Amino acid sequence: MTDQTITAVPSADPAPRSRRAPNRHLTGWLMAAPLAVVLGLFLILPILTIVVVSFWGATEFSIYPAFQFDNYAFLLTSEVTWRVFGNTFKYAAITWVCTLLIGFTVAYYLAFHIRSLTWQVALFLLCTIPFLTSNIIRMISWIPFLGREGIANSALLSWGVIDAPLDWLLFSDFSVILAFVHLYTLFMVVPIFNTMMRIDRSLIEAATDAGASGWQTLWHVIVPLTKPGIMIGTIFVVTLVMGDFITVRFMSGSQSANVGRLISNDIGLLQYPSASATAVVLLITVLLVIGVLLRFVDIRKEL
Amino acid sequence: MERRPRSFYALTAFFALFLVFLYGPTVTIAILSFQGPQGGLTFPMRGTSLHWFRELFEQQAVGDIWGSFRRSLVLGLMVMVTTVIVSVMGGLAFRKRFAGSTLLFYLIVTSLVIPSILISLGVGLIFDQAGLPVHWAGSGYGAQLTWTLPFGLLIMFAVFNRFDRAYEEAARDLGASPWQTIRFVVLPIIAPSLIGVALSGFTLSYDEFARTLLTAGSYNTLPLEIFGMTTNVTTPVIFALGTLTTAFSLLVIAVFLAVALVMRRRRARQASDAGRGMV
Repeated sequence: MTDQTITAVPSADPAPRSRRAPNRHLTGWLMAAPLAVVLGLFLILPILTIVVVSFWGATEFSIYPAFQFDNYAFLLTSEVTWRVFGNTFKYAAITWVCTLLIGFTVAYYLAFHIRSLTWQVALFLLCTIPFLTSNIIRMISWIPFLGREGIANSALLSWGVIDAPLDWLLFSDFSVILAFVHLYTLFMVVPIFNTMMRIDRSLIEAATDAGASGWQTLWHVIVPLTKPGIMIGTIFVVTLVMGDFITVRFMSGSQSANVGRLISNDIGLLQYPSASATAVVLLITVLLVIGVLLRFVDIRKEL
Repeated sequence: MERRPRSFYALTAFFALFLVFLYGPTVTIAILSFQGPQGGLTFPMRGTSLHWFRELFEQQAVGDIWGSFRRSLVLGLMVMVTTVIVSVMGGLAFRKRFAGSTLLFYLIVTSLVIPSILISLGVGLIFDQAGLPVHWAGSGYGAQLTWTLPFGLLIMFAVFNRFDRAYEEAARDLGASPWQTIRFVVLPIIAPSLIGVALSGFTLSYDEFARTLLTAGSYNTLPLEIFGMTTNVTTPVIFALGTLTTAFSLLVIAVFLAVALVMRRRRARQASDAGRGMV
């Protein structure tokens, strides 16, 4: 990210290199132009539209331009909103703890216990492949496991662990969080594994030589050095869970709500202004969380 | 080789369980999609048959599955090509700091963390207010790019952070123009990583649901069609469809991995092109 290459060329050199280097700001923008156009049209403009529309009014059938705070007033004074936001944070927190524990353990195993690079890559790919298949199909595939007559219930019944099928396995908070962990653990594994692979192995030898036990090395050497990866994984998992609406709707059988579902319900009722107001509050919440997390890590350095 | 510590075996067991957790459900629906015609959504199997796969080919039974598959395929390819080109250009641009590059970087991060439904809602509203019809190849395509581009760029940043600038300096010292340096030195070196960018671009688009929800218009993409089925189809036909789409995804991944392997082999064989007369 520096200008090394420009300054590295001796200025006294003959043509063609002695030609004045083109303005780096101009070349930078020319190359980044397609990216800037896409983000401008499909990221910034939509956000601005949502902000504007969040002040509009709506009838049952249409929306009309206005500048009123009704949507926000209704949203922020409604008891439902606070409960749903609380629920969203609850999902995010529990999913975060589960994915972190599983993701760290898997990454640690791959990085420090698998000794050949080929095997590391192969097992890593094995973890990655499900991420490249459809999320909706992966959600659907829990039905035969968790249903009233599903595999889990029949197994528990036949082992005599329970007397009657458990109702809370499917279409409950349990199944929602299970699906989140199933879908998103990979987002923890990848960055943590990436950071762990860059830890200098001699540091661990040094710890062992200095008499540290395995746990001490893990806790005092590996965990602190893995923090950037953990932070990046956390950003992924927290934002994916907080912005989700489809997993909660599908896995709770429409019985639980999070902010995403609040928005999608309003959209279903064509109440775009109130959907927009909720969306703005959600976006601010997510960005605040990310802002806090980014204080702990410089993403650009860690890639 | 030194002896494995006891923790190795515990962690191996944990890892194996993790794989069962990851793959178990998918394998289960793959088995259940071969249910007999009388079978239901869960075990026991009532005979085995291809009944539910045959159902998929009967239009009226399941809606426009094949049309939506075709659309998802075309859209995936469009998004893939765009993602590769824009990510490479963006990656090259970000190697030097330019005015506004930090702002652009934070926009990329925003694009990655913004809840998908906001993009869907925002893009839908823009088209609605402008009186334009939403279409999967227009608004849907743009909305998906906000999800695939950040991934492509993150991969490119990682690649260029590890890129040895000495190659470029050597090319320049030999008199290569900036374009020649990129075309004959930089691009061949980063080519294998582009496979990763292309693969993630295609699969993320092929599976994307939330960002296409309000931006695809009257013709559904495959994930939208599948989600529609979950609300009104209660037979294993949905497992058959899930098995087919997953098989297709696996096929795509296998093709990309094969290409990556072939490229690595060829590179190992012709490690140097010195003396081949390349300009």
